[in-house]
Amino acid sequence: MRYQRTGGAHLDQLVEDARQGNRHAFEELVRRTHADTFTLARRLVSNDEDARDVVQEAYLRAFRSIRRFRGDAQFSTWLYRITANCASTQLGKRRRHRHDELDEEAAVPDLDPDHDPAAMADATALRDRLEVAIAELPARLRAVVVLRDVYDLNHAEIADELGISESAAKVRLHRARRKLRTQVFPLPGEEGTDDTEEHARAV
Amino acid sequence: MPCDAISESLAAVVDGDARLDRADRRHVEQCLRCQAELAQYRKLLRVMQSLRADVATPPAGLLADVLAHLEVAGERSAVRAALTGRKVAYLGGIAAATAAAGAGAAIVLVTRGRKGRLPLAG
Repeated sequence: MRYQRTGGAHLDQLVEDARQGNRHAFEELVRRTHADTFTLARRLVSNDEDARDVVQEAYLRAFRSIRRFRGDAQFSTWLYRITANCASTQLGKRRRHRHDELDEEAAVPDLDPDHDPAAMADATALRDRLEVAIAELPARLRAVVVLRDVYDLNHAEIADELGISESAAKVRLHRARRKLRTQVFPLPGEEGTDDTEEHARAV
Repeated sequence: MPCDAISESLAAVVDGDARLDRADRRHVEQCLRCQAELAQYRKLLRVMQSLRADVATPPAGLLADVLAHLEVAGERSAVRAALTGRKVAYLGGIAAATAAAGAGAAIVLVTRGRKGRLPLAG
């Protein structure tokens, strides 16, 4: 199980150089951020192939508009927003092509969870259940809750990139959270089975 | 049952998107079911936040594809810039980037920088 984390060192300088038109600096930014960008894309769309397209498009757009990137925003947030917008476009295309699949699709992202199996069995079981539950959400709910609760974009940013109103973004967010909660936490009557399962894993 | 009505709002209450009125607050303070639900939302948000550090391994070739596309886009805009006389800091920014990019990246950039500069020097 491999894990990559984006390093923070000198990122600001790279961003500044890229803004000045230095392509090599931009390429280095791509190297450092592409795994993160792919992960977000993969959480938003339903398969690896679409996620690839989203990543491609996101970096092309970022490259074309980095001159206009303002230093007061975080580069990662800026890139998340572009990625979200590209994913939204991609989902729109899919919707036109395969009308009814979109909301039903249960796409489980192939993410490698980083965990210490012995100490974190309980938390890991919850994380795994959560990843599955997120993937099973309808795309329009999934995008909002992933962008807000995992990637920390605010309501206005999410509404902007998905082309919906802020109040619609909030309604979707809260619906998504309600669905996730009932998915990942067992109902009172089912608690017994679930506990046994988790204990079995923990041993 | 007030729980059902309150339950609807808890998903928004958990991070301050909505606030309960005084009566509902008083109910939650006494209701184990509502408290348990709110605690689940808090836990849910904590785990959601932690997912951001779970970075997937990108498919083979993705990075190379992205870089290749950027190269095409970059050349195109450089040609456009040359035609219109707009100044681009294509090589000029390399020294700064080299200083910034850390050891591994710096080697790459210096090599490229030299390649780019040799014809100019000769």
